[in-house]
Amino acid sequence: MDNKRPVNLDIGTIKLPITSYVSILHRVSGVVLFFAVGIFLWMLESSLASEQSFNDLGAKLSNPVCQFIIWGSLAALAYHAVAGIRHLIMDFGVGEDSFYAGRNSAWAAVVLSVVVIALLTWWIL
Amino acid sequence: MVTTVTSLGRSGLSDWMIQRISAWVMTAYLAFIVVYFIGNPDLSYAQWAELNSSLPMRMFSLITILSIAAHAWIGMWCVLTDYITVRLIGPKATAIRIFFQLGMIAVTLLYVIWAIDILWGI
Repeated sequence: MDNKRPVNLDIGTIKLPITSYVSILHRVSGVVLFFAVGIFLWMLESSLASEQSFNDLGAKLSNPVCQFIIWGSLAALAYHAVAGIRHLIMDFGVGEDSFYAGRNSAWAAVVLSVVVIALLTWWIL
Repeated sequence: MVTTVTSLGRSGLSDWMIQRISAWVMTAYLAFIVVYFIGNPDLSYAQWAELNSSLPMRMFSLITILSIAAHAWIGMWCVLTDYITVRLIGPKATAIRIFFQLGMIAVTLLYVIWAIDILWGI
């Protein structure tokens, strides 16, 4: 590939719309989840190995550091799921016919994920 | 087409389809688990082990971990091929990207094997 071709689209200098931030955060939360799957599998293993390890896991989950890591993992999951379901709805032709519809659903995804993460925080604490 | 040699479906359309199907499976599993936890706030070990050792739940969990693996492979491929590029980080980008891609594939496969070990070891 010719690396000397000029690059005109410098994304760092462009004011981005909400849809861009929703998209970027979807990617970031996806990468976080790649590692969080390991945490979820560890919890699944601990909860199923024996009654003893099930109870030990319950005790570990009351540790604030553990709680924070799990909160972060679940918050990433909540955001990624909400933003992902937005795409699944768009696949049916709903809200993908104009930029304004996309902008509105992007805001809806932000608001809904904030609500879900708030509920999640309340559930963990 | 050389650039898509490490993608899961070997074509953008195929990857798009796998990404959608796996998303639906994971959404169904997540919805089930959330409803189950809300419905059973004082979950006991016996009840949890019984659920997860039943054949339908094992199948559901297995399909979900396979969906996670495919979804993660496609998603991480997109991120790695978008940002670890010669234009963004220089001439060593291809070697660095292949290293991360192989690492990502190894971790993904380990997740699947670990999940099977957990589910069939109850």
